[in-house]
Amino acid sequence: MAAPLTLLLIVAVTIRAALFRSSLAELIAERVEVVSPITAWKRVVEGLALLDLGVSPYSGDVFHETPLIIYMFHFLVDYAEITFMTFVFGALCVCICFFFIYLSLMPFQFRKQKFALEADRYPMDSLELIRSPKEMYYVPLKVAMFYLLNPFTILSCVAKSTCGLNNAVLALFFLSTIKGNVLLSAIFLCLATYQSIYPITLCAPAMLYFMQRQYIPVNFHRVSFWWFIVQYLFMYLGSLFVLICLSFFLLGSWDYLPSVYGFILSVPDLTPNIGLFWYFFAEMFEHFRLFFLCVFQINVFFYTIPLSIKLKEHPVFLIFMQLAVISIFKSYPTVGDVALYLAFLPVWSHLHRFLRNIFLVSCVLLACSALFPVLWHLWIYAGSANSNFYYAITLLFNVAQILLVSDYFYAFLRREHHLTNGLYLKRKDGSEATLILK
Amino acid sequence: MSFGNTPVAPFIQALVIPLHSGDIYASFQFRTLWDTDFMRENKVSHYRLFPKSLGQVISKFSVRELHISFTQGYWRTMQWGQPFIPSPPGAELWVWFQDSVTDVDATWKELTNVLSGIFCASLNFIDSTNTVQPSASFKPLGLGNVTDHSFLRYATLPREIVCTENLTPWKKLLPCGSKAGLAVLLKSEKLFHSSFHSQAVHIRSVCQDWQCKTTSWELRQTLNSVFDLHNSGQTKREWSLFKMFSRTLTEACPLASSSKLYIDITDNPQGEQFELSPATSLLSQAVVLGDRRTFSVYDLTQETTFGTVRSLNLLIRWKSNEGEMLRPLLHAERYVAGYGLQTGEIHTLMYNNHPYRSFPVLLLDSVPWYLRLYIHTLSVTSKGKDNKPSYIHYEPSKDRVKPHLLEMLIQLPPNSVTEVTVQFERALLKWTEYPPDPNHGFYVGSSVISSLVPSTVAMHTNSTRERPLFSSFFPCKEESSYFVRIYTEPLLVNLPTPDFSMPYNVICLTCTVVAVGYGSLYNLLTRSFQIEEPNPGLAKRIANVIRRMRGVPPL
Repeated sequence: MAAPLTLLLIVAVTIRAALFRSSLAELIAERVEVVSPITAWKRVVEGLALLDLGVSPYSGDVFHETPLIIYMFHFLVDYAEITFMTFVFGALCVCICFFFIYLSLMPFQFRKQKFALEADRYPMDSLELIRSPKEMYYVPLKVAMFYLLNPFTILSCVAKSTCGLNNAVLALFFLSTIKGNVLLSAIFLCLATYQSIYPITLCAPAMLYFMQRQYIPVNFHRVSFWWFIVQYLFMYLGSLFVLICLSFFLLGSWDYLPSVYGFILSVPDLTPNIGLFWYFFAEMFEHFRLFFLCVFQINVFFYTIPLSIKLKEHPVFLIFMQLAVISIFKSYPTVGDVALYLAFLPVWSHLHRFLRNIFLVSCVLLACSALFPVLWHLWIYAGSANSNFYYAITLLFNVAQILLVSDYFYAFLRREHHLTNGLYLKRKDGSEATLILK
Repeated sequence: MSFGNTPVAPFIQALVIPLHSGDIYASFQFRTLWDTDFMRENKVSHYRLFPKSLGQVISKFSVRELHISFTQGYWRTMQWGQPFIPSPPGAELWVWFQDSVTDVDATWKELTNVLSGIFCASLNFIDSTNTVQPSASFKPLGLGNVTDHSFLRYATLPREIVCTENLTPWKKLLPCGSKAGLAVLLKSEKLFHSSFHSQAVHIRSVCQDWQCKTTSWELRQTLNSVFDLHNSGQTKREWSLFKMFSRTLTEACPLASSSKLYIDITDNPQGEQFELSPATSLLSQAVVLGDRRTFSVYDLTQETTFGTVRSLNLLIRWKSNEGEMLRPLLHAERYVAGYGLQTGEIHTLMYNNHPYRSFPVLLLDSVPWYLRLYIHTLSVTSKGKDNKPSYIHYEPSKDRVKPHLLEMLIQLPPNSVTEVTVQFERALLKWTEYPPDPNHGFYVGSSVISSLVPSTVAMHTNSTRERPLFSSFFPCKEESSYFVRIYTEPLLVNLPTPDFSMPYNVICLTCTVVAVGYGSLYNLLTRSFQIEEPNPGLAKRIANVIRRMRGVPPL
């Protein structure tokens, strides 16, 4: 396990180092699919230059990073490449740790399932659905491969997009959640929320995971349930409050609040990206702008409660679903966000037999990734296409992502159904049954 | 009720300079003085020769200084030399307000709307997205030592077109109108046939005497035109007042205390370059733009000027093609580099043509917010080496609120070219923010380069001495240098455009994608798996319905 992992790390470092040194690095750093107005490295350098000139970086509309990032890069700007590679590997190593731990939990789950089987809770023919530790042995390596060798991650790292930082913090949050450390989990989640608001929806799966681990039943009438929620929220909101006050003292003003959070929520900058917001608000009638802005932003947050209710027994899958919803529907998505939840897919490799659209989805994703630069060039440089071409590919890419996520959700729910009801279902007259959603 | 104002009669002068390329540069200046101090008196109603509309503007908006210019065409410094009153293409307005103004932005907005009505120009397009507060470039040209730049506002409209509708109200402000004196020549059909046309109004307060015990308001109206040899379809290199303006002069304005026509004959001392007729014996010398120049003077208040035919038609006929033009010491160019609609670079080139002296220049750049400047890419190089500016004042833009403001003090080494480059990124705007012809592009206003250029001749620092109007516009504080302001070209930049025919389609398609996500997740969340019961045939279903009605169990 260690040897293939080391080999993988060496290959990944080599690819990134080679790309950093080549002339492609500048080209990639300007691609709109890889960097957004929030995460671009050029804007971080601009913010530092404004700070040197004595002007507040938030007095203009170019810089939208948090004050902690300014101060971190103030010291690290000369070592930017190494910093970003560290973040990528940090994220990755953390993911691996997470899976080692998950792996160590597997015997626990396996025993639980075997016990349930013997207690006749599961029908006999669902035995083949249960995962054995042997099957799960190579999952961490596969996750590592999916994340490190994913072209999206490589592009994001070479472009020095601060999305890599966000991914690293989220990975640390997973690690501390899985390990059971409530305080660290709250702190890392708070750091992720501080940078971009959307990870706040990951509070719910984190709390559900801890409650499952500490055997607190998820019941609204139980005191222990509410007490745990109060504890977690207190830690989370407390660290968020500390971070916000620290940022105020770093720069001496509250200017950063409208520049960072106001910017993410009100979407004034319509630079094209792979998301749905830019063209929609470029073509929106002024009268309805606020209404649709609210609708689109609520769309990211409101899946939390229904998904938590449905998936309260499976918080890890809930984290995956939440991450996917955030990456698809956030206001300035980049391929780095997509790469984060794509890295989770090997964990659910046992769901492959129930996936319905995986071939179509992967073909569409590959085709769109290839077409993005082509149509951008045709619109911006050649002048022979217009913005509608790029917008169409954006729509297709998002539809493919939605199909992918809902397909995995369907497969997960179907496996759960088969686990309790048996794998080979028969109708009343003995013929093979078809399962539908009703 | 008399306020005891002593009206000072206007001063009218015109200057005709034959340019080396065969073109003619005609500059008209009309000056009216107004003795009043409405700081002490609350109501002013005695205007006499000062136009009432402008007097009311000054008193209502507490204006200390006002400069407005409308220009058509671009001044070619390398072919025509330095202009007397420089102006950028389009409309330019800069105003210093008095200290008593509490809300400068609201006053500025009202002032632009009122001026828009007075001059029949679309100055109402001036708003916070194209107004800046320069910190060093636009010091007051009149009296008063001010340090608080929050009372200064500067705006340009590079897209503004000048036409007859702007000339007519401008002429109405003159004491004699366009009925007598030099203003008779200002007819629009010939004036707008020129290569360059600029009309301006400058209001400031000046000293009346050497000790400056009393001040008065000065209104200067200037009009500069350059008539092109080729544009007017001439074959011979010959100019006359009739050819330029299709009018001749018949009398001076009776209200004017002085009305003179100056022809620059510095390059023609013995008449070998061109011939001037009718001849005149009056000569005048003045130090203008750092050079001592000689002028032939025609005094229109004298009857003898008009001769027996009672009209003056000046004729200038070229005899030879030789002679070198004096190269202007300071010259600038600006252009946009790069390709595609994503990024670009603005390059400003400043030429210092002095053989051994270096001098500092103040560069003011106001770039609209939709071209996002990256100040960390700013580079200033002279002769290939880095030239660090000694003073940089940068105000970054805020989307849809204010533009970028960049002011730098750069020392130009002698006989060199200094290049200032800065990269920018083009923004995608909302579909309603594009002008009617979006693929024409967006205009970026001219850069302003202000400098004290070393002069070869000692300049006069006494501002109240009698001297020609064209040499007393910019105040002169020292003898060894003179103030010069040059404007670069405006830029025309294309921005990426969305498809304007598709707002409804885009809203529908995007909402469809969001609905696809919502629909699939809703299905998976609210429904559960069930075994599918096969659908019975139509006959069986009808039978079941009848059986249910009878109360019998179904098939």
